Amino acid sequence: MTLATPIATASQTIGPYWHLLPYKGWNDLTRFGATGDVITITGRIVDGAGDPVTDACVELWQPSPAADAHFDGFGRCASDAEGRFSFTTLRPGPVAGVHGAAGNVQQAPHVAITIMARGLMKALATRIYFEGDAGHDIDPVLNLIEDPARRATLIAKATGPAAYHLDMVLQGAGETVFFAI
Amino acid sequence: MSDLTPYRPLVGGTQPPYDAGIYGSTKLRAPKQALVQVPTSITEATGPQFSESRYPSVIDLTKVNGGEAQGQRIVVEGRVLDENGRPVPHTMIEIWQANSTGRYHHPGDQHDAPLDPYFQGAGRVFTDSEGRYRYTSIKPGAYPWRNHHNAWRPNHIHYSLFGPGFGTRVITQMYFEGDPLLKLDPIFHSIPDEAARNRLIADFDIDLTVPEWALGYRFDIVLRGRDATPFEDGNDHSHEGH
Ligand SMILES: [Fe+3]
Repeated sequence: MTLATPIATASQTIGPYWHLLPYKGWNDLTRFGATGDVITITGRIVDGAGDPVTDACVELWQPSPAADAHFDGFGRCASDAEGRFSFTTLRPGPVAGVHGAAGNVQQAPHVAITIMARGLMKALATRIYFEGDAGHDIDPVLNLIEDPARRATLIAKATGPAAYHLDMVLQGAGETVFFAI
Repeated sequence: MSDLTPYRPLVGGTQPPYDAGIYGSTKLRAPKQALVQVPTSITEATGPQFSESRYPSVIDLTKVNGGEAQGQRIVVEGRVLDENGRPVPHTMIEIWQANSTGRYHHPGDQHDAPLDPYFQGAGRVFTDSEGRYRYTSIKPGAYPWRNHHNAWRPNHIHYSLFGPGFGTRVITQMYFEGDPLLKLDPIFHSIPDEAARNRLIADFDIDLTVPEWALGYRFDIVLRGRDATPFEDGNDHSHEGH
């Protein structure tokens, strides 16, 4: 007997009205009382014409530090009228390497980002790494990207001891590296 | 140690492309560069988990401040499964929609149709131990949008699911059986595969229909799956066909 194999449900755009969902305060990952090395991550999203993407839902997931009763590793932020988003979180540490990668080297500290918006039929997945980390040269994911200019689209600039900033470009010159998972 | 079994590749044609030309807003937002395939590491294999204590359920959208929303009352029930046919238990589903007149309670929605102060425009429901979910709402109205001349979105309810990992996150829309606008809708038709499109249409179900009260619709969702048994030979199989 053969059972029909279920196929993943098709994605559709999040559209312009997703703000009916809760998000206020969700960009602060310390909202449940997490304490530690707190950092801020800000950014700005622009489209292929250089115009701000003003209606995006930006989500952040980080497996490190591990989720606990005060930290669930998840944040959500609406981009504003200038395309800006911001997160407050705990500084991630290095995490285990990838299955099958040579030497199984650690991955440099990073957070995973999902961008959803009107005009995006599927979520865009990317990562934010942090300027000044010594692990970038051997990071197994950064090393999948040969062009140094493209690789740089994933590395946030340090704008203070605990503040980082990264601009994202959905399309065209300086286009951010997006991932297939 | 997390299970780092790769996600199964998506079946060709069953997902929309980023550059769906018939949907105008994709024009400046779809990336031009090819996506970079990443292996499944702990970052992709794990994902946010939501507890009902922090993210309380809202399973009835038809009542606000003791008032009752206008429109056709519906109950929607379904299951969340993975591509191995296994139920996805205790996972959070977020929903949002227009009211019965086709108006969102959102400052960006300037459609000249009445707001309904007693309609809750968004909800949140968790699947049970067998992946089942159910909520009560109002059948959303169609609404105009400016994609092309005389463009109207078919009746739909927006869905957001997280599932067990970062790689299972999906945003989709549930449509209604028999809607004449479906054949004209660029967002629905951005999915190349007809069967995949039609799986976004909820089935009217007389057995779910509650006598004297609400119409029943059934809508199942399948999240991306991974192979049931982890590989043990240390090779990367993520590009193998399935
Ligand atoms: Fe909508």
